[in-house]
Amino acid sequence: MSVLFNVESLTKEFPVHTSLVDMLFAGRHRPVVHAVDDISFEVRKGEVLGLAGESGSGKSTTGRLLLRLIDPTGGRISYHGEDMVRISRRRLEALRARLQIVFQDPNSSLSPRMSVGQAIGHPLKIHGLAAAAGRKERILDLMEKVGLTPAEFLYRKYPHQLSGGQCQRVVLARALVTNPEFIVADEPIAMADVSVRALILELMKQLKAEFDLTYLFITHDLATAKYLCDRIAIMYLGRIVEVGSRDELFSRPHHPYTRALLEAVPVPDPDKRRTAEVVRGEIPSAIEPPAGCHFHPRCKFAMPRCREGRPPLKEVAPDHFSACLLD
Amino acid sequence: MSEHVLEIKNLTIDYPISIGTVRAVEDVSISLRRGEVLGLVGESGCGKSTLGLSILKLVRPPGRISGGQILYHGRDVAAMPDKEILKLRGQNIAMVFQNPLTSLNPLFRLDRQFLETIRQHDPGVKKEDAISRAEKVLESLGIEKKRLFEYPHQLSGGMRQRIMIGLGLIMDPDVVIADEPTTSLDVIVEAGFIDLLNRLRDQFSLSIILITHNLGLVAEIADRVAVMYAGRIVEVGKADRIYHHPLHPYTQGLIGCVPNIKLDQEELVTMGGNPPDLVNPPHGCRFHPRCPRAMDICRRQAPPLKTHAGGQRAACWLYENKEASA
Repeated sequence: MSVLFNVESLTKEFPVHTSLVDMLFAGRHRPVVHAVDDISFEVRKGEVLGLAGESGSGKSTTGRLLLRLIDPTGGRISYHGEDMVRISRRRLEALRARLQIVFQDPNSSLSPRMSVGQAIGHPLKIHGLAAAAGRKERILDLMEKVGLTPAEFLYRKYPHQLSGGQCQRVVLARALVTNPEFIVADEPIAMADVSVRALILELMKQLKAEFDLTYLFITHDLATAKYLCDRIAIMYLGRIVEVGSRDELFSRPHHPYTRALLEAVPVPDPDKRRTAEVVRGEIPSAIEPPAGCHFHPRCKFAMPRCREGRPPLKEVAPDHFSACLLD
Repeated sequence: MSEHVLEIKNLTIDYPISIGTVRAVEDVSISLRRGEVLGLVGESGCGKSTLGLSILKLVRPPGRISGGQILYHGRDVAAMPDKEILKLRGQNIAMVFQNPLTSLNPLFRLDRQFLETIRQHDPGVKKEDAISRAEKVLESLGIEKKRLFEYPHQLSGGMRQRIMIGLGLIMDPDVVIADEPTTSLDVIVEAGFIDLLNRLRDQFSLSIILITHNLGLVAEIADRVAVMYAGRIVEVGKADRIYHHPLHPYTQGLIGCVPNIKLDQEELVTMGGNPPDLVNPPHGCRFHPRCPRAMDICRRQAPPLKTHAGGQRAACWLYENKEASA
């Protein structure tokens, strides 16, 4: 399997906006949010890589960094061997036709003033991809494929005339119109109703096969991740604490955080109720994260050593890595 | 005293709007037993939140209860004068909403918000007594006493949600209505909140109505489950019956479409179509346009809720002439 993205030591810090008085006293030591803290991973062609974790773990920031929607503070991202960080503006814009993103809220991703046809066709216009003549056929064809039918009828509709599920289909069609090879899906089903979620998930699976896509699927829901992803990376406070294939990760989770997370997922079956208490506390602040392993204040296996240095990601089984001193 | 703390009988709630009337809840009958957790599930717009609000007579005009009764220990809430309703809210029935940040006042410390709540119901109370009561509640929620003197923004999301339930419990109610209480919480915090609800139920023998679209959550805690679709209850029964032997095709679809972390699912059940427009709902069974097993009668006549094996009730014509198989 060839590698699409290779990410090394990727870091993103956001400055914390403080008042002028605070800045004067703080001197050179300006507080920053360590949103993504020195992470390395790869995205393989044709896979669905899941990025899972609680809110504030840095998963969305990672997705945006990959597409260079924001600039990293440090580290390298290479896409098919090409340096995405030092790339020229023009080249980046050209590449973006191949790299797309789908956000959580379809309503805020669509302009209320653009009809369905205009919205889906917009990327073609931006990238100068299809002659105006063939454009409409292509859009209608794509609308059929994402289940926006009758396409002719919906072509002229505006987002407020559509249901939430239909809007998310428009967003998917718009992402697909430039024929991308990679899509970042940032919680694409989080806002949808239960029955719509299943439809969107099934659609994404079908589109992946049809268009030969690779997904980075960002989610806080591990049950969904298990359903859709081939490999999953678990993030905690800006770091990847464990990464492995779906079967490995779900049948043999290593990191205590992964285990706590798996334990907490509600199961739609009253016979499989959780019996153990969940791990205490909440994700700490990313401005001053705990020293050493970020998880140690909540970890029941924490040792004095855990406070000292960052545990490296170690291979615990073939293609399964965990960042815990216990391993 | 009857075993039922709450009994809803043939409740109908209408919202008149310019183009007609939205019948948000239609002919709903359901009861809540002492110490029981009832899960009320359904998709957005099915009327589950409206039903929850109506129990405290909180349905906003122009919405109104146009039929039926809500009996709290045998007394009809819909017919109660406003003064008694104010006592009912908080003292007898507490409500916990989705977003604690919009329910807590950001300008006041928590002690003041607790004090205000207590004074509302118990005007003569001494400040020290009220504070010590608040501290006790906080302790039972696993929050340090000193946090009482902080502002809402100083607390984490999970703590705020616990404060909300603390404010609800301070007057010692016997019913709690929790409307999507964990939607804004992360999964670990959510699980902690469910543990807390379970503990409080045992400790205070609370009866809880948990309103949510999250079927996993309901499976974790509910004794009984009621499934709503387009304003009506389509199925109700013990949790294990509903999850393992759902009768109504809508319930079957709803459970089949949820990813389950304990299973290796090849494919999820998908239900095409959308919930209907409640101004002009479909004739007969409201689910028939989306139902994979719709028959002729489904288009003509609404099926009644009928009792089947195990006390489970379902409103579906499929089981009209035969006993539902277990």
